[in-house]
Parts: sequence; C-alpha cells; structure tokens
Amino acid sequence: MNEVLLLTAAQMQAGLRRGEYSSQELTRACLEQIERLEDRLHAFITLAPEMALEQARRADELLTAWRRQGGELPPLLGIPLAVKDVLAVRGLPCTAGSRILEGFVPPYNATAVERVLQAGAVVLGKTNTDEFAMGSSTENSAFGVTHNPWNLERVPGGSSGGSAAAVAGRMAPFALGTDTGGSVRQPAAFCGLTGLKPTYGRISRYGLFAYASSLDTVGVLAHTAEDAALLYGVMQGEDVRDATSLRAPVEAVDLSAPPDFERLRLGVVKEYRQHDIQPEIAAALEKVVRQFQEMGATVQEVSLPSTRHAVPVYYLIAPAEASANLARYDGIRYGPRQPADTLPDLYRRTRGRLFGREVKRRIMLGTFALSAGYQEAYYGKAQRVRQMMQQDFARAFEQVDVLLAPVAPTTAFPIGAHRGDPLSMYLEDIFTLPANLTGVPAISFPAGFDQSGLPVGLQLLGGPRQEALLLQLVHAFQQVTAWHNRTPPLVLEE
Amino acid sequence: MSGMEFEAIIGLEVHAEIATRSKMFCSCPVLDTTQAEPNQAVCPVCSGMPGTLPVVNRRAVELGLRVALALGCDIPPVSVFARKNYFYPDLPKGYQISQYRYPLAVNGVLEIAVDGERRPIRVRRVHLEEDTGKLTHMQDEHGAYSLVDLNRAGVPLLEIVSEPDMRSAAEARAYGEALRQILRYLQVNSGDMQKGVLRFEANVSLRPKGATGLGTRTEIKNLNSFRALERSIEYEIERQSALLRRGETVIQQTVGWDEAREITLVQRGKEEEDDYRYFPEPDLPPLVISAEWLASIRSALPELPHARQQRFEQAYGLRPYDAGVLTAEAEIADYFEAVVRAAADVPPRQVANWITGELFGLLNRQEGRITHIPLPADEFAHLLRFVQAGEINTAAAKRVLAEMLESGDPAAEIIARRGLRQISDADALAAWVDQVLNENPAEVQAYLDGKEGLLNWFFGQVMRLSKGKADPQVVRRVLEGRLQALKGE
Repeated sequence: MNEVLLLTAAQMQAGLRRGEYSSQELTRACLEQIERLEDRLHAFITLAPEMALEQARRADELLTAWRRQGGELPPLLGIPLAVKDVLAVRGLPCTAGSRILEGFVPPYNATAVERVLQAGAVVLGKTNTDEFAMGSSTENSAFGVTHNPWNLERVPGGSSGGSAAAVAGRMAPFALGTDTGGSVRQPAAFCGLTGLKPTYGRISRYGLFAYASSLDTVGVLAHTAEDAALLYGVMQGEDVRDATSLRAPVEAVDLSAPPDFERLRLGVVKEYRQHDIQPEIAAALEKVVRQFQEMGATVQEVSLPSTRHAVPVYYLIAPAEASANLARYDGIRYGPRQPADTLPDLYRRTRGRLFGREVKRRIMLGTFALSAGYQEAYYGKAQRVRQMMQQDFARAFEQVDVLLAPVAPTTAFPIGAHRGDPLSMYLEDIFTLPANLTGVPAISFPAGFDQSGLPVGLQLLGGPRQEALLLQLVHAFQQVTAWHNRTPPLVLEE
Repeated sequence: MSGMEFEAIIGLEVHAEIATRSKMFCSCPVLDTTQAEPNQAVCPVCSGMPGTLPVVNRRAVELGLRVALALGCDIPPVSVFARKNYFYPDLPKGYQISQYRYPLAVNGVLEIAVDGERRPIRVRRVHLEEDTGKLTHMQDEHGAYSLVDLNRAGVPLLEIVSEPDMRSAAEARAYGEALRQILRYLQVNSGDMQKGVLRFEANVSLRPKGATGLGTRTEIKNLNSFRALERSIEYEIERQSALLRRGETVIQQTVGWDEAREITLVQRGKEEEDDYRYFPEPDLPPLVISAEWLASIRSALPELPHARQQRFEQAYGLRPYDAGVLTAEAEIADYFEAVVRAAADVPPRQVANWITGELFGLLNRQEGRITHIPLPADEFAHLLRFVQAGEINTAAAKRVLAEMLESGDPAAEIIARRGLRQISDADALAAWVDQVLNENPAEVQAYLDGKEGLLNWFFGQVMRLSKGKADPQVVRRVLEGRLQALKGE
C-alpha cells in the first residue's frame, strides 16, 4: 500500500500544496487501493476512475499555477473522496442501492456534491448503501453486502457502510454519507471513524435521494474531527434549492483554539445507563467521562424520559415519509418497467419485483401509518411524541452543553446476525435516532476497541447549530488519544 | 315518492391556474399547454427526479391571496402544504403538493346574480396546489399506449371550494361566471376555458322540498365549459329525481360528463375512492403570511366588478344593465372611463350607448364576449366629440366608426376624406327642401289633404339628397316651416 494513504485529508492538503505529491498520484494511489481491496470489502457501487483522474489533472494545473503565482486555493483542491450512492453526481449512475433506479443517471449535482466539487475535491466513485438508506448494516443493498475492514465477517454498519468501509480501508481519506437514523454515526463507530451528523438543514438536502425528508441529513465520515471539519465546512450553509435549509449565518469552524473545558457541562443520559449494552462500550463511556472530567468538564446526569419512544416514533415517521418519497419509482420513468396489461399491474409488478424486502416493508408500514382511520393513532401520535422529545432535548441543553452517549448497543455484528428479525435490527438504532428526531447535531468518534479487536464508538450530541463545539471537543480528545489513528490489519498487510 | 318535489343542493370546486411566469415549485416557464410541444418546460424538480426539492413561488402565493382577499376570506397567518398521495402516470412524484388541513384561506363569499337578484354563495376554502401533467392515449399498429406531457406538471393552481349553497344549474353557472370575472379582474387567470386554465367539478344532491338534511351526492368531474357545467348539473338533477321518484336510491359516486353524448357516466364508486393519505409536506416549512405582506397585497387590489358596476350607476348615471355590460371586463370598464375622461363634454350615458351599441356591434365576439377594443380610447372620444358638437350627424358617425376600425385612421381624417361634415346652415338646407317639395307635387298634395305621415318621407328624401350630411334637426325645422307655409296658402 502506498504510505500516502495513511495520511489524513488535512495532511494531504498540506502535502499537495508543498508539492510532495500530485493530486493525480494521490488519486491513482486511492484507485489502486480500491483495486486491491474492493473484492473483499465491496465498498463501491460505481467507480469513476476517468472522471477522478480528469478532476485530479485539473487540480494539479491549479496547484502548479498557484505555486508560481500564489493566491487563494479552494480548500479541498486535489483531495480524493467517495460519495454515498444516494447523492446525485452529475453524469454518474445513482442507484440508491436499488434495482429500481437501474440505468438512472442524474443530470444534476446534489448541492453537497456541487460544493465539494467547487472546493476542488476529486470524486472517486459512489459507495454502497442499504437500499434507499434503509438499514443499519449495508446488507439491504441490491448490489451486495459491504464488509467491515476490521473483520470481513462483520457488517460495516449502515446505511453509509460503503463510505465507512472505503475510508477505514484507506481507499479514500474521507467520504460523504447521509444520516436519517444514525446512518453516518453507526457505521463510523463500527469502522473506527469520526462521523458527523450536522443539525437538520445545515447542509442542503437537494440531490439527496429522499428516504425520510424531515430526518435526512448529509454527513461526513473521516478519520479525524479535523478532516470532518474540513469537509463539513465547504458543504454547510443555506441553499436556495432547499426550503428547509437553515437560514442561520454560518460560523467557520476554528479548531486552533482549544475549547474551554473548565466551563464545559457534559451530560450523561440517565435512561441509557439502564440499557443493555456491550460491556466494553459501557466501560469506554465511563472512561471518556473521566477523561473529560480530568480536562476540566463538569459532568451531570440528565433525564430524557421520552427517548425510550425513539424507536417506535422513528419507525412510524420515517416509513410514512418514505412511502410518499418512493412513490415516484413507479415504472413509468425509472427502472426496467415490468410488462403488465393494466396500469395497477404495471405498478404492482415493477415495484414488487424491483424493490427489496426492507424497502417494501417500510413502504407498507408507512402507508398503513398514514391510512384513513389509522393516521391519527400512528403517524399523528408519533409526531406528538416527537415534539415531546424535542422539548426534552431543549430542556437538557439548558442544563448541559453536550451529551455523551453510546452510538450502538454493540460493536460491529456478524453479517446475517439479524437476518429474518427486522425488529432486533431496528433496536440497534436506539441511541442514534433521537438526534434525528430532534434535529440536533451529533458526532461519533473512536473511543476504544473490544475484545475481538473491533472499534468502539461513542457520540456527543449538541444543541441546535453546535457543530463547531462538537468538532472542537472531539478534536481536543483526539489530541490526547490515539484510537482514531489505528488502521485495520487488512489494510496494512502486503 | 312519486309526485314529490325535490330541491337540488349544489356545491362547486373550481381549479384555476394561476398566471405566473414560472411554475409553483421550480423555475420552469408556464407555457400555453394547448400550443407548446410536449415536455418543453420540464426540469428535474417538476419531473420529480429523485433528490430534487420544491421551492415555493411567492408570486403564486401573492396571486392566491389576492383572490382570497377579493372573496372576503379569513386568511390565517400560517398555512401548510401537504402531500396528496396517489399513483397516476401524469403525477411524476406519486403525490401532489397541495394544502389540506391548513389551507391558504377560509370562509369567503361570492355574490351571484340570477334574474336580477343578488345572492351570496359561501366559499369554504381557497388553497394552493400544483397541476398534474397530461396523458395522451394512443392506438396504432404498436397497440394501445399513452404519452406523458409534463409541460403542465407543477403549474400553480388555486382550488376554490364553495359551500353547497346553490340550488339550480343556473345558479351554479352564475357562480362560475362571477368567479371567472373576478379572476380576470385580478389578473390571476385568463378565464380561457378552451385552454383548460379554469376547470369545474360539481357536487349534486337532492332532497325533498322543505327538508333540511342532505341527500346522497354525486360528484361530476371534467367540466371544461359553462355549458358543460350547466347541462351536466341539469342532467344529474333529472337523473337523480327520476331515481328517487321510482323509489330507488342515489349511490355516492364520481361521474364524468360525456360532452358528446351529454350524459354523465360513472367513473368510480365510494368504495373505490382513493385514500389520499394526506400529511404535511416535509420539504416545505409552513407558509407564513405576515400582516405587512397581506396589507401590501390588499392595497394593490383593483376595484372589483360589483363595486365598479355600482359606481358606474351612481357616478355616471348609467342604467344597471349598461353598467353591468361595461364592467363585465376590466379592460372594457377602463376603456369606458378613458373615453369619458377624454370626451368630457359628452354625457357618460351617451358614451355608454355608443360603446355597448355601435362599437360592440362592430367587434368580433370571443365565446360571446368582447374582451378587447382595438381602437384607442382618445380616438373614439374625438369622434364622439364631433357628434356632440354637431359637426357630423349620428348616421355619418356610425360610418366613420366602422371605417376607423377598418383603416385605423383618425376620425377627422375620415370625415374630411368622405366630406361628411354636417351641414347645419338653414339656407343651404332650404334649397334641398325646396327641391324635394317641387319634385313631388303629388305627395305634397296628399300631405296637405291630411296624410301627415308623409312628413317623415319628405325628411328622408332631403337627408338622402344631402348624402346624410344635413343636420337632421335643422332639416326637420325647415321642412316643417315650408309645409306649414304651404298649408296656410
């Protein structure tokens, strides 16, 4: 493996500017690493080597000119990255992990993609995902299962499992993911990465193939908080194409100033202590609490009684929205239309054959939750409980600045562990769902390893628009810890 | 039940396209969809491509609020877009963005006039939504298939729902026409029914006269003309009363109007009705209508048809009928007032008579209506001032008017060219009078013998001799003077 791939994106940025290597060399190194490991990891759905090398060539031209003339350089110039295959990249197929989108090539960029391209990044390809981001393991992709670089028998988490595996496998220094119910944070935790889910609306959803519109966010998977800040920094901010994007002024994330730990109030969720979690994760949590205390933070227990409803609330609201969002895949314009004699049969056959089991399950759940006579009892009630959770969180963030919590009850589970038991899979999401349901930002970060050598991740949740604080805290933590620097043996083997 | 008298209960839903430049949620232009090539105004947003998002067209909201204000609606400070879910190939997203629980406006009223009597019809709600695309069903050597045109998909629509306050097909038509007039006044909709920019659905039920409950209703779809609206309701009333008289029951269902056969046909029954699973549109924040915004829209509202008609009656002394005709279209009413201003010496009633009589008679009607006058108001005012000053007579003025419309030349030029200036000089006219009397001794004798009706015949002869240029009043005076003198001899 080319040693350059062990660098962080921030180090690559510096190396490119110093001329230690070119963007084309960097891009080729990534493509070779993909070549070497893709058979075992299956992180990608679509690779774009020609497009990537062309972007790298243009980046190199700019870098050469800059070295002669100086001036401003776009922040991500020449740095490769991977994009989850639910975000539109103009000219590349976008499948959302589904056969129903076979052959669809979007003629537009997602705003997040547009902004990373404007910032000079090189897009290597589109990463595997649970179909329409519905899943916590990347096992629900129509294009095969992605494997965890730390242990090929384990899932990488999901739904941004392809992006997580690509970054952990050093195929790309960082990647775009999406987080609707933990889909950035949980794979980051399973793969030993830093994963940022911003405040709802902080990064435009335009061009993100919708799963659950009121919960969907674009997020970042990276090795360090510094890299996450770099990538998040270019994507965040209002977008006229997304009416739900935040109008709030954007603050630059400054990691150079250490956060004021003396004044930091760290909360630990009381209800989570009673939860059945893997002992190593519970131990890591206690250890990090002590580390924060040692750095000067005040720690207190916070009660969030409504969080126990997070799973049922999420699995009513998200499927309800999904049932409408996925109605457009009707065989009229997308997917290989299945032959039928009548219009209802055309819909039934096309959708019946081309959607996977989990997608169909959620469409049915959501359709039922919105149906006349049931809507009030299911969707309506779920919305009211969601409001209670938002009030709980608003109160909590009056008492503390951040909350520390597990990301998942376990480390990466074996492929197939939840097969045939969707409910047990849904319960994996218990700790990640509240941030989506309340819209607050959260960041997951490496905090240890379990007995079988799998990464342990924890998350910090902040109040609305507190991304900068979260990134600063994790950055400070990563200055005194080394969990984030470990590399899967698979990557290092010759 | 035979012999029983029934009363019809009718409510209308009107879909009006909002005449914005761009679509409701994207920047695609709004085209005349009856003329444009298919799929010319289509983008990733209005074709429902994955990941695209709607952004509200503020102009469409503004025009919707204009209508709501004109109908005297309550306008809540916040309204909410909702998704209406159903599958059809002309609906690219699989749901229509509409409004449901929290519409733009509620509790309005529209006055209608039937047989000279004005009656308020309550408006239940006004809401914003997007139009669907259009399907064309084909049949050729490849078999049967359908083509999808998305030019219209995403065009802003205003849905205006009445209470079931109408009692006859004529009232329903009057409501439709009154609404169309307001939409045109507000420049929200051209009212061009042939282009499909205004569409009706009617709910019709019957109940025994004097009863207070509501009977089972049917919903008539696909009504694209006032004639279809009126005829289909008449048909449905007839059909339902026949059923009831036979002791049968009306089934709640949706029927379509078959224009060619003039009958309603069942489209679907109640049990087949879609469950639209409405829920708030998560891609759009609630629509907030500030008091300032509303005030600025209110202050820019034009005078509405009925108010203008009343003002025309009072300020210009017009008869109600003429005032109604002149205010049917804002452009005609503007024209009338422009002419009145430019011809200050001509009584407004005369201006009204000239416009509704002579001018309308010369113009082409569109669907029975005159919507535009292709003659500058000040040119027309010039002509009327010539008449008022006695420079030309009425008969000549009518000829001049026809020629003005045809050639576009000013009145003065045509009068000069045709030598139509009126001759009012009694001496000059006396020569023509004498000539007529001298050439017709038999008629003169008959007149003198008591056949006084011949006076008009002499008058006509003189006018003809003058080629219409003689001032009729002077001719009459001179003629009567001469004949009186002959009598005395």
